[in-house]
Amino acid sequence: MSPSENTHEIHALSGAYAVDALDPAEKELFEQHLAACATCRAEVAGLREATASLAESVEADPPAALRDSVLAGIRTVRPLPPRPEPATVRALPLRRRLTALAAAAALVGVAGVGTVVWHETTTSDQGQLSAADRVLRAADAKRVELSLDGGGKATVVRSVSQRKAVLIARDMPNAPADRVYELWLQTPAGAMVPAGLMKGGSATVVLHGDAATATAVGVTVEPVGGSQTPTTAPIALFDFERAT
Amino acid sequence: MGNVPHLTPVPSGESVPEDIGASMAALLRRCALGDEAAFAQVYDLTARRVHGLVLRVVRDPAQAEEVTQEVYLQAWRTATRYDESKGSALAWLMTLAHRRAVDRVRSAEAASRQDTTYHQHAHTVPHDTTAEAAESSMEARRVRTALAQLTTVQREALELAYFGGYTHTEVATMLDLPVGTAKTRIRDGLIRLRDAMGVGQ
Repeated sequence: MSPSENTHEIHALSGAYAVDALDPAEKELFEQHLAACATCRAEVAGLREATASLAESVEADPPAALRDSVLAGIRTVRPLPPRPEPATVRALPLRRRLTALAAAAALVGVAGVGTVVWHETTTSDQGQLSAADRVLRAADAKRVELSLDGGGKATVVRSVSQRKAVLIARDMPNAPADRVYELWLQTPAGAMVPAGLMKGGSATVVLHGDAATATAVGVTVEPVGGSQTPTTAPIALFDFERAT
Repeated sequence: MGNVPHLTPVPSGESVPEDIGASMAALLRRCALGDEAAFAQVYDLTARRVHGLVLRVVRDPAQAEEVTQEVYLQAWRTATRYDESKGSALAWLMTLAHRRAVDRVRSAEAASRQDTTYHQHAHTVPHDTTAEAAESSMEARRVRTALAQLTTVQREALELAYFGGYTHTEVATMLDLPVGTAKTRIRDGLIRLRDAMGVGQ
């Protein structure tokens, strides 16, 4: 798919987004797009005014007791502080990534060998989608978004309560022939544990393994079949300290 | 010849007045400072519309009541996050309400994917909605007039998504549309509705 077709396609999601009719993976992608596309932001705002009018046609009296219950309820709820200025999370500078990964690679021997498991899914794969859904919808879901050096974007969403992390790639260049992308979970001790393989493109991948205590997710290019320890510098490192 | 007292905050049967847009934004700013009386006014101005929408999507009155309560608690908690430059206060509130209602039906649906009545229910939605619109109020007539400018498939797709709480993929299946076209119908329908209502841009 060419970039322009792709852009056109994502713009067309504005209406379904305004009426909450996207599935969670599409919603995530569209929200990434919205952050960068003022045209779509304006369109969604206008369409939401229209949907608010639509609700005029179905007005109904709530139960009389609800008013007291709501007004009593708010006394127990502290209003949030104003939203801080959004901090744009960018890819770490290469030098820092290399340092982090070198440390990780040094320690991974201590952590022992894991089994690499294919754990790729797409948005049409219902079984995996529900696992991804649970993470994306979790109340404690936190995310880190990176622009990849080779083009495309990727977001890692992690839910500590679900103990899982999901990587959502958008327009990630395909891995070179006889190579794959390997995903890694970084342990608090700095070890990199294999967490799955993917080919690139636009895909949603549930990472294998327990992500609850992971400190980061890394992506490297590895020979087909994957490696037990990273053999190349990471193309991306999603640091959960920077998750929002 | 005594004066008729009129203390009811929102006369029953009346819909939200046209000019609440400006006052809603001002009220929300006061809510953000913790003004409970301002929040009571927000509730009185919007409760029929919020609850009506929630009830429409959720259908079960007991659950709809819970969701409506959640919507208002969330509105109170997040009033500081409302940004006037991004749209009207009413649209902000209705967006919260719709999202909550849809979350409720989707999580219920995820819990019982075997529900075979799903499709039959859905097909009655578009016609119901239009009928209700006819009875309700001036505002509702305005919406009905605007909806009449949509093609049948645009209106059905939009209503299944908005009032039915279905995803565009589900809407495509329900209306026998090729996969991927329901989202276009929904968008086209919304754009036409927006233009006909003279709201948004």
